[in-house]
Amino acid sequence: MSETASAGPGAARGLEVRDLVVRYAATGPAAVDGVSLAVADGVLALLGPSGCGKSSLLRAVAGLEPVAGGDVRWDGASVVEVPVHRRGFGLLFQDGQLFPHRDVGGNVAYGLEGPGDARPSRATRRARVAELLELVGLAGFADRSVATLSGGERQRVALARALAPRPRLLLLDEPLSALDQGLRERLAEDLRAALAATGTAAVLVTHDQDEAAAVADRVAVMSAGRLLQVGTPTELWRSPAGPEVAAFLGFEAVVPRAVLGAGDAATVALAPGALVVASSGAGTTDGRVVRVRARRGRTEVLVSVQGLGVVTAAAPVGWTGSVGSSVPLVVDPDRVVPVGARSATG
Amino acid sequence: MSTTLTARTSRRGSRRVVAGLSAAALSVSALAACSAVGAGSSSDEDAATADASGAATGTVTLVTHESFALSEGLLEDFTAQTGLEVEVLQQGDAGALTNQLVLTKDAPLGDLVFGIDNTFASRAMGEGVVEPAELSAAALADAQEYAVEGDDEGALTAVDYSDVCLNVDRAWFTEKGLAEPTTLEDLTKPEYRDLTVVPSAVSSSPGLAFLLTTVAAFGEDGWADYWQALTDNGLRVVDGWSDAYYTDFSGGGGGGERPIVLSYASSIPFTVPEGGDEPTTAALLDTCFRQVEYAGVLAGAENPEGAAQLLDFLLSDEVQADVPTSMYVYPVSTAVELPEEWARWAPLAEQPFEVPAADVEAHREEWLQRWTDVVTG
Amino acid sequence: MTLREETAAPPLPVGVPSASPPAGVPAARARAARRGPAQGRGPRPSLAQVLGWTVAVLVPLVVLGMFFAWPVVATVTRGFVADGALDLSGFGDVFARPRTWRVIRQTLLQASVATVVAVGLGVPGAYVLHRCRFPGRDLVRALVTVPFVLPTVVVGVAFRSLLVEGGPLGFLGWDGSLAGIVAALVFFNYAVVVRTVGGTWAQLDERPAQAARSLGASPGRVLRTVTLPALAPAIASAASLVFLFCATSFGTVLVLGGLRHGTVETEIWIQTVQLLDLRAAAVLSVVQLVLVASVLLVAGRLRARRERALPLGTRRASERVLRLRRVPGTPRGEGRGGDVAAVVVTALTVVALAVPLVNLVVRSLRVGEGWGLAHYRALARRADGMPVSVLDATVTSVRAALDATVLALVVGVLVALVLSRRPRAAVGRRAVSVLDAVVMLPLGVSAVTVGLGFLLALHRPFGLDLDLRTSPLLVPVAQAVVAVPLVVRTVLPVLRSVDPRLPQVAATLGAGPGRVLRTVDGALAARAGGLAVGFALAASLGEFGATSFVARADAPTLPVMVYRLIGRPGAESYGQALAASVLLAVLTAVVIAACERLRAPGTVSDW
Repeated sequence: MSETASAGPGAARGLEVRDLVVRYAATGPAAVDGVSLAVADGVLALLGPSGCGKSSLLRAVAGLEPVAGGDVRWDGASVVEVPVHRRGFGLLFQDGQLFPHRDVGGNVAYGLEGPGDARPSRATRRARVAELLELVGLAGFADRSVATLSGGERQRVALARALAPRPRLLLLDEPLSALDQGLRERLAEDLRAALAATGTAAVLVTHDQDEAAAVADRVAVMSAGRLLQVGTPTELWRSPAGPEVAAFLGFEAVVPRAVLGAGDAATVALAPGALVVASSGAGTTDGRVVRVRARRGRTEVLVSVQGLGVVTAAAPVGWTGSVGSSVPLVVDPDRVVPVGARSATG
Repeated sequence: MSTTLTARTSRRGSRRVVAGLSAAALSVSALAACSAVGAGSSSDEDAATADASGAATGTVTLVTHESFALSEGLLEDFTAQTGLEVEVLQQGDAGALTNQLVLTKDAPLGDLVFGIDNTFASRAMGEGVVEPAELSAAALADAQEYAVEGDDEGALTAVDYSDVCLNVDRAWFTEKGLAEPTTLEDLTKPEYRDLTVVPSAVSSSPGLAFLLTTVAAFGEDGWADYWQALTDNGLRVVDGWSDAYYTDFSGGGGGGERPIVLSYASSIPFTVPEGGDEPTTAALLDTCFRQVEYAGVLAGAENPEGAAQLLDFLLSDEVQADVPTSMYVYPVSTAVELPEEWARWAPLAEQPFEVPAADVEAHREEWLQRWTDVVTG
Repeated sequence: MTLREETAAPPLPVGVPSASPPAGVPAARARAARRGPAQGRGPRPSLAQVLGWTVAVLVPLVVLGMFFAWPVVATVTRGFVADGALDLSGFGDVFARPRTWRVIRQTLLQASVATVVAVGLGVPGAYVLHRCRFPGRDLVRALVTVPFVLPTVVVGVAFRSLLVEGGPLGFLGWDGSLAGIVAALVFFNYAVVVRTVGGTWAQLDERPAQAARSLGASPGRVLRTVTLPALAPAIASAASLVFLFCATSFGTVLVLGGLRHGTVETEIWIQTVQLLDLRAAAVLSVVQLVLVASVLLVAGRLRARRERALPLGTRRASERVLRLRRVPGTPRGEGRGGDVAAVVVTALTVVALAVPLVNLVVRSLRVGEGWGLAHYRALARRADGMPVSVLDATVTSVRAALDATVLALVVGVLVALVLSRRPRAAVGRRAVSVLDAVVMLPLGVSAVTVGLGFLLALHRPFGLDLDLRTSPLLVPVAQAVVAVPLVVRTVLPVLRSVDPRLPQVAATLGAGPGRVLRTVDGALAARAGGLAVGFALAASLGEFGATSFVARADAPTLPVMVYRLIGRPGAESYGQALAASVLLAVLTAVVIAACERLRAPGTVSDW
């Protein structure tokens, strides 16, 4: 009914969020304050510090939070009044939320057991469960009790469960942040592969820029309920929209280019390692060594530089230096990007 | 270093566990000393202690049923006269009281029992719960009139009596233009269908009295048939007297529907409306069973002399004059005057039904069993 | 610190309860490492520790042993010992009576039907009164709890005057029928279901349900496949408690059902008090004990499951504002139909619960042909033939209840502390689980058996020259014995749900066992303390069964006073009895409402 009413010409395909406002108290500040974005395919990451409103946005899309203003649309039709279970949007929580009273297979099959004509036969269901468990690398786990699973296995099962009913959109709420580092990186890859293999569009909420970059096709950076910038990871890291975005993306300093010794007054952001300890005598600028540390076999030096503060500089192999000494630094131009060159939303 | 430190703190902590738990244990035992409930009755405790240590003044403990009551100041008068404090223990109805005394006869709960009625008198005597005492009250001769058959030594002394009778709501019968029933047989007639309510013979003393009424009226062979006829005529049996009188009876003030209830002859004066001069109910004096309440000194009592003094006091004019207003029963003493409204509105049955106490004792269980079978169908 | 592979649970911030399965493995491991009195290899417990735990075990054992187990054993023994020799022929005789089988059948029938109805009404009630927020909720919660602690005498009067032919609900024809008894039993026990299930529901993590919704499950299917399974242990636990209360209900059945609907409990009373057939009573007591013990066993198992695996969210986050109409900006079909149904069922139930209470108030205001407060004014005066005024009895009741509460708290908290330990030795674990069930027995054993046992057993205990049977202290002790299980069931879940890693953290921070107990377990248990105090107070105020055996004539408690007033002729006494009942109900409601305020967030109670 509402579909015909609002599906006009030029309606966007997939998810479209328009001027969305979410409020928890009628009079309080908005958790999501007029955000618009669209996801037709691929993975969009919502990136931002905790409390920026990214989870509220996700929950509003899922139908778990009331919409105070704006609209959520799918293929041009508003879904605000569509109940959660009819939206066809899957949801994956940080800690999986597996049903403790069902085994692994029972969890994965849950979304396939709905009532009505659409319910597949038992054999089909079983095949689908096996297929998905294989997809997430847990072939043969169907009869296991969920209590016996490790944290990573749980998230894999939760992913298989969410994908089983072929959702038209998958909403991922910090799906990897409860896992430890190595596992997180491995699972991020697997997640990306699984989404690609099933052709599922997804919105991923995360506070980890590496995870966003690893999984998402596009990244939207949020702060205080507003959208700061949307773009591909490359675009984002090439040209953050402002100091706030730059800081959140992990850039260490945002300064006028002139501070680096040469060039115009345009603002630039320095990624870690934008400064390199010069192996031979002279550098563009000087810094005082604050700390020396090893990171994945490479030597990193924290240096204090006039006008920049403390930044991380890369040191060449074999470099030895001591805390307190002054070192010459050169700029790695690949790690210095312009800030604010593009418009806020893309 | 760190190990020693941990060990030390751990031991200190453990000591605190002990301290806490011991404090808890102490507080339990301290309950006796500083309890809120104890605070209110310390004088009794002192008296009991004095008695236990064999001091001259003492306590006499009266064990009685839950309906026992005397007007304010009477027991204090007794203390003033004799120097004896009275401690009162109340236990259930007459039956429960008797049975508990039987169960505790090796270590009696008190010195004197009051409230064993003629349906349980044989049991109390047969089990040796009470023993004869030297009494001197003037009303003793009157009390002899009600002595239990076979109680030659006077182990039980009658104190009061009452008639358990069917009561009718006169207003109801007047309004319906129906004649009030007068006999037991009337209750089985069709015009009185669904009009009668009685308390259970199993769980209520007046209920048992009414069962005995029918045993006396229809004989060993006929009473069960009578109850069958009553049941067939819509008799209602409820748990207790108050339930029957206040909930089911139309004349009891509780707004019930049934105009015929089993109660006492002495219930009648209480239905004189405020400002009115005539009660709204009447007792059917041809349906009465006489209930006599006895007192006796408990075998093995700590203070048998005190118990005898208290029994004499129960037969004194002071108490005998009080029992109609405080317990709604007739005094055995003929020397005291009844309250005016009693004389007018609570006449006694001329020929109440009686069943010898020994027969009651011999057949009670069998009768109750049969009665239960009949009324529960 | 060992390195953890994938088996590790996600590190959880303290204070955010974890979903059970992720925390399950290490939590269980941590719990297994938590030591009670028994120790494996490792640091030896100090003498002080051993002594402390010994005292903690001994105090409850002595109190419950002396004032519960011994009296019960004394009564039952009396039935099985004839002329100094054991005589078990009673079993054959009693079981040969058709009457015995009838009362057993009646007991099971009444308790089962009442349990099913109470759960059927109570689960929606738990949702509305504990999961949803709406104005006046605390008041409604207090109201539904009042029946649970009202003396049966009062309830009997309130119900019968409603159901009797010609009464306001006489047209139902429920007087003296199974339906009437079931209605009264449900009236008493509705609160048990609402509290037990509601306590869990209020804190149930919402995310599994949301995950299910996102997988395409309708609100109805989520309720059926996610929420109810999560609540199942709580529901089963509530059902077993209700069954227990119903199966041992005495006054209600006697007043409303009479002989036709007699149960094991009323039969024990008749055999003991009226017929003095202690042999039959002893056999029936054993029957009741077996019945109660099996129910407790089942309940204990279910509770253990629940305390281990309760996925709790934070209360604020889980509660939701009750809205019966869709707010713009929220989806349609979000289970509001279910909400409406739950609200309707609950509203009707609350009204039905209120009817007998209102009836009581209305009748207490009836003075002669008119209306007025005369009966209330009379409460301050000593009625003719009564030892004290109703107000004096109220003071006695409050004093006794305070004593009983202190005693019940001391014993109950010690029991809960002991039960919250998980000894490593299998023997120790078994002992804990047995004690867990045993401590509930006072709720399931006939008050007649206990009361009579007091009279039989407490004359010069241990050869002391002290006749406890007539001591005024016996009243609070009798009340405390009934209140102890409620205290244990309130405090124990909190102690058991303490994340076992918290005490371990405290220990590594240098806190000794005593300090851990005080600053971690103790501090957390104290949050349930207010609630335990309230329940103990309310239960003590309303206790009638055992108290009536020991209440001294010169100092009756309020329920005993009500019972005496109602047993006397005269509209005055009747009116005063009703006014006194209202006083008792109000007192109880105030106590319960006060507990609602004290009840700290995160408190799960078992009833």
